[in-house]
Amino acid sequence: MAMRTEPFVVNVGPQHPSTHGVFRLRLTLDGERIVDCQMVMGYLHRSMEKLAEERSFTQNIPFTDRTDYLAAMTGNLAYCLAVEKLASVPVPPRAQWIRTIMAELQRIASHCMAIGTFVNDCGAWHTPLLYMMREREKVLDLFELACGARLTTNYMRIGGVSRDLPPEFLPRLRDFVREMPQRISEYEDLLVENEILIARSRGIGVLPAEKAIAYSVSGPMLRGSGVAWDLRKADPYAAYDQVEFDIPVGTNGDCYDRFMVRLAEMRQSVRILEQALDMIPSGPYQTPVPLALQPPPGEAYGRIESPRGELGFYVVSDGGPAPFRFHIRSPSLINLTPLPELVKGMTVADAIVILGSVDIVVGEVDR
Amino acid sequence: MTAFLAEWWDLRDLGNTVGALLDWIADRGVPDWVPYVLSGIIGIAAVLLWAILSQLAFIWIERRVLGRMQVRLGPNRVGPWGLLQPLADALKVLAKEMVTPRNADRVLYWLAPIAVVVPAILVLAVFPFSPGMVVADLNVGVLYIVAVTSTATIAVFMAGWSSSNKYSLLGAMRTVAMLISYEVVQVLALLSATAFTGSMRLLDVVAWQDRYNAWLLFLQPLALLSFIIASAVEVNRTPSDIAEAESEIVAGYHTEYGGIRWGMFQLAEYVAGFAVAATITTLWLGGWTLWGLEEWVPGWLIFLGKLYGTFFLFIWLRGTLPRVRIDQLMGFAWKFLLPLMLLNVLLVGAEKVVWAETGASAGVVLPAFAVLNLALTVALVLGWGALAGGLRPQMRPKRPLLVREVGGIYYQPMP
Repeated sequence: MAMRTEPFVVNVGPQHPSTHGVFRLRLTLDGERIVDCQMVMGYLHRSMEKLAEERSFTQNIPFTDRTDYLAAMTGNLAYCLAVEKLASVPVPPRAQWIRTIMAELQRIASHCMAIGTFVNDCGAWHTPLLYMMREREKVLDLFELACGARLTTNYMRIGGVSRDLPPEFLPRLRDFVREMPQRISEYEDLLVENEILIARSRGIGVLPAEKAIAYSVSGPMLRGSGVAWDLRKADPYAAYDQVEFDIPVGTNGDCYDRFMVRLAEMRQSVRILEQALDMIPSGPYQTPVPLALQPPPGEAYGRIESPRGELGFYVVSDGGPAPFRFHIRSPSLINLTPLPELVKGMTVADAIVILGSVDIVVGEVDR
Repeated sequence: MTAFLAEWWDLRDLGNTVGALLDWIADRGVPDWVPYVLSGIIGIAAVLLWAILSQLAFIWIERRVLGRMQVRLGPNRVGPWGLLQPLADALKVLAKEMVTPRNADRVLYWLAPIAVVVPAILVLAVFPFSPGMVVADLNVGVLYIVAVTSTATIAVFMAGWSSSNKYSLLGAMRTVAMLISYEVVQVLALLSATAFTGSMRLLDVVAWQDRYNAWLLFLQPLALLSFIIASAVEVNRTPSDIAEAESEIVAGYHTEYGGIRWGMFQLAEYVAGFAVAATITTLWLGGWTLWGLEEWVPGWLIFLGKLYGTFFLFIWLRGTLPRVRIDQLMGFAWKFLLPLMLLNVLLVGAEKVVWAETGASAGVVLPAFAVLNLALTVALVLGWGALAGGLRPQMRPKRPLLVREVGGIYYQPMP
């Protein structure tokens, strides 16, 4: 009798330790090799785009916290930018700088989680993740100081931010900025040259530059593939045109490059924060706008470089108090699209590492 | 050893107490088999009690130590410093419902947790806790260890197969593949140690190390290193906890198990860890001896101290390292460890011949061998590693470029 093998279908998720939420991968396996991969999404679909059409422009800001719940500030910012463009609301300079500070703090916090969970997916038993959590907590404390909330901040407003920074915020931010480079060095010492981490992530999940562009991925995933693209420089918003920073760029487009780009970006964020501390002006923090803002009919697209990539909000107004159409271009979803191609031919263990290196937030994938 | 008082109240060797008790019973005119059976029962009960108490203690120690390593506190709510946490956990596990999946192979599913615990505890029978404290003094002790620990593989495969869960099956297949590879390395490491001392009886191995005042740690470092790596695989500790890789296949072969059945797998894992630590202690760290201190301190305390110290190493590894992939792990066994261990066995043979032929005194030969073997270990591990690494320059760490302007493309395909 001839021995025969059959492909074997495994559902990774929706409940699985490494899918970062409720996301499902349907893997067809030949032994440990992946023959086929299908992504099943929608478990966290909350119909945000439709809900937003029933609420006023200001009432929609909390939704933008909850799309990407690991980067609420940047979600707020992108939406506010879109509405400001639509209604031509000017933003005072102090608010611009506060927004820059918040966006960069958010990037540090989000990258901490991304790196921590990525190394966790490589099999480290929670140690790196909890180290990263330690730093993330400090950022969340700063958020709490500024707006009273830690995770879903709801801090930005159309025309500025909801309240001015408390007096003790900047000194505490200065302490954080002084401490953070040492912490990043500590992570680099612990992780960058770890033989097992390199073996698990170098040459795994290679996404060449032209494919990355073709899939229109963005953020650290695009930069890991060697494309120097960053909206903070390419289409500056808030106060990014006044600060100096570098864009970290990988060269091989593998999981290790994505991980290293995130680590290096944390350092650049600290650099931006340092400059912001010296350059933040005093003055009003908000342009008063009516609560029931009724922008003139038209459309606007506000985009920022969120920790995960290009986060865009497309808002159409018909002159009423609520958006006529509200669309989110979420980087997690679009960065996820090359995943089936990346994992084909790899092993199950690699698929988990690749998924970890994409750094998805399921709330943003499904919205 | 001669200074042992060897009375029943001599706590330095609890074997004396048991011996005195059995003599007393034998003097009462009972049939011959009664003291024999009693001695067996006492030994088994003592070892079981020790294993379970140690496990409870080490659940707490592991969680506290990992907590410290992970910048958090660890359990600290139940009892002082969380000391009663393992008891609370045990009660919870006992009280939980044991679910059997509908498509499970019921007999195998029921049998596997038992089959996995039995060999783990059986192994403990041969370890000499001190000269008189060994349940079964086998003259093929090392062989027994190898034979009994390898049967656990069958139990793991039973668990994985019978659960009718795909993660379990993947975990079980990984286990079998892994254990077959690492058993070879493990056996060669044990062979190096026993060939050097010339005996498979664990009491003799310890006595040999005591006689020459030389732990095999110094004489056979390469074998110890390989044995630790192979054992980490055997007891499913990171960096090789592939069979139950949490982030990949949820819990591997025991995904579907709950309640006390899951507790049995945990017990087996810990006891197997103790068995590995006991093997290392006995064969490489001189067992109950500590350069004369065993005259004053009970030998079994020294043994336990070394054993727990060795086990701590595995906790440390767990808190530190990521996990390797299964093919990398297998490649490491066959391409890296196995050639090294074959060389090492050859070296042991050569050294034994040199010692016998020249007739030099142990005081000269053993330090020379120790220095030679230590140097060779360092040179071989580094050299072989550099050679293997030099063949794959693309695997070196690399920093990202820092670019000022947007728009450029810096992608280079990997070589």
